[in-house]
Amino acid sequence: MPEALKAPLTVEFPFTRSLSPVQSAFLTGLRERIVLGVRTVDGRTLVPPVEYDPVTAEEIRDLVEVAPTGTVTTWAWNHAPRRDQPLDTPFAWALVRLDGADTALLHALDAPGPDAVHTGMRVRVRWAEERTGAITDIACFEPYDSSPNETEPADHTGEFENPVTGIVAPARLDYTYSPGRAQTAYINALAEQRNVGERCPSCRKVYVPPRGACPTCGVATSEQVEVGPHGTVTTFCIVNIKAKNLDIEVPYVYAHIALDGAGLALHGRIGGIPYDQVRMGLRVEPVWTRGARYPDHYRPTGEPDADYDTYRELL
Amino acid sequence: MNREIAVVAFAQTDHRRTSEELSEVEMLMPVLHEVLDRTGLKTADIGFTCSGSSDYLAGRAFSFTLALDGVGAWPPISESHVEMDGAWALYEAWTKLLTGDADTALVYSYGKSSPGPLRDVLTRQLDPYYVAPLWPDSVALAALQAQALIDAGDTDEPALAAVAARSRADATANSRAQLRGSVPAGEYLVRPLRTGDCPPIGDGAAAVILAAGERARELCDRPAWIRGIDHRIEAHSLGVRDLTDSPSTRLAAQKAGAFQRPVDTAELHAPFTSQEVVLRKALKLDDEVRVNPSGGALAANPVMAAGLIRIGEAAARVHRGESDRALAHATSGPCLQQNLVAVLEGDPR
Repeated sequence: MPEALKAPLTVEFPFTRSLSPVQSAFLTGLRERIVLGVRTVDGRTLVPPVEYDPVTAEEIRDLVEVAPTGTVTTWAWNHAPRRDQPLDTPFAWALVRLDGADTALLHALDAPGPDAVHTGMRVRVRWAEERTGAITDIACFEPYDSSPNETEPADHTGEFENPVTGIVAPARLDYTYSPGRAQTAYINALAEQRNVGERCPSCRKVYVPPRGACPTCGVATSEQVEVGPHGTVTTFCIVNIKAKNLDIEVPYVYAHIALDGAGLALHGRIGGIPYDQVRMGLRVEPVWTRGARYPDHYRPTGEPDADYDTYRELL
Repeated sequence: MNREIAVVAFAQTDHRRTSEELSEVEMLMPVLHEVLDRTGLKTADIGFTCSGSSDYLAGRAFSFTLALDGVGAWPPISESHVEMDGAWALYEAWTKLLTGDADTALVYSYGKSSPGPLRDVLTRQLDPYYVAPLWPDSVALAALQAQALIDAGDTDEPALAAVAARSRADATANSRAQLRGSVPAGEYLVRPLRTGDCPPIGDGAAAVILAAGERARELCDRPAWIRGIDHRIEAHSLGVRDLTDSPSTRLAAQKAGAFQRPVDTAELHAPFTSQEVVLRKALKLDDEVRVNPSGGALAANPVMAAGLIRIGEAAARVHRGESDRALAHATSGPCLQQNLVAVLEGDPR
């Protein structure tokens, strides 16, 4: 078996999220170096605040201001910070109960080493220099020798000028994509300008490109069958909007093409013919550019159009 | 409708660090064939099919629809999918059978963790406003829970190492397991958790077949009857929870009838050693109970399948006559946030 193909794959989204009134007040407060909590129905103070009581599910809106100092309730030493974590030097993850709060907030704690951290230690917020209204406006916590401040937290309206109403949360994950046995064989053959599908041992249908299983019969396909190179346009559409990062002039035709011998159609662009002359039944062949691992597009072969009955099952 | 429903067959892949030579459907399909073969059923005989998986693991959009290629879903089948561990797909299938709409169900799940950075991938399931922007990885969150247990006097590092050693020693009898035999405690990954306290990262799949009433007896010599099954969830904010306890597990177990009579076997989905400590406490398991004879998630943890495998392993012991009453547990989310408990019994011998 040839070595499995692999390629880097980055999945990246800038998630834009709107905020509830409580989240907006909390995150705007962080921007202003104020930490807000919310009172539950039974009088506890939750930091970070949520919109609904975790016990009764009632809507809760009574905000209070708690102290930027607090106590570590549990911690874990992270000697090898990962990308996007709050600090790039070794730090402790910590749950911190801020003075005036009844619950703990998760964040990083900057400390010289694990021996300098213990449950019960006193810490304070270290504010980020540039604050935008996000949990990362707290840069981290830092050790701070002080007595717990047990005064009752004061009410707060939660009103600020220019409150933040949303956050943009970028998320990026880096994968190594491997297409598996059947698609590896297909892609390798394609690099040699051959279209090789796989036949279902049960229903005899030839899948191009193959994915390793016949979705109708639920069995593995394995018998390799070379198809094409000529094929028939079974149906098509005219693309009028230019895609981002795609250097193709519009309008152009994107078509379903049933390669000769294939049991289903694949997708491809049609070139070498004005877009308004493409038709169902048009006979086409792949066009390869130098060094490419797959066809750039398909063009007319000049053969007479295929009869509808020859491809009606492949629409 | 009151129907007796049983697990009548279970199959799983070998769990391995990588399956890069196989697509997801290529990895899954042999397991589907094996579980069907055990009962003599064909896809067309199955009344309902339900699967569990997550596209985030391998970074492949709609991978569950491609995985369905391995089922043979034509003519169109009655089918559903949960973006959760397969144990929750089994729960959906169980309710479907309870309604009487189907007599048999195929449940499967799979996970390919090898293509992506699993510890970071799992941060994407966290609160997107206050927590996910900090990217606290799965080991870090488990380590916070472990430290809370140590501070509470519920365990210590040698006790955690003993959980790891027992699990991997038991896994020597499980040819499917990824991590078996003597595994060093290793260095701290996120203190207090060492590499040995953490599950292996790998790829794998599992499938079970459920059947109701007499159909179950036709398909299996000793069906594993689901006497009760329930799942419960806790608040998403870690700072609201008592991390040293699992009230959701305890409540699910109570609702599933786990406390009515002692079980002889428990398959616990505890990917981290410290989580077994929490679960033993919540489930009131004493030393009489055989915990994780398969090696558990510390020996093989294909994400999205490891919970279903707990139910499958417990059922397989009932099938083989090695257990009369077994508890199976599955978890989801950080620090045992959501928990499912099933109680399985064999007919008296």
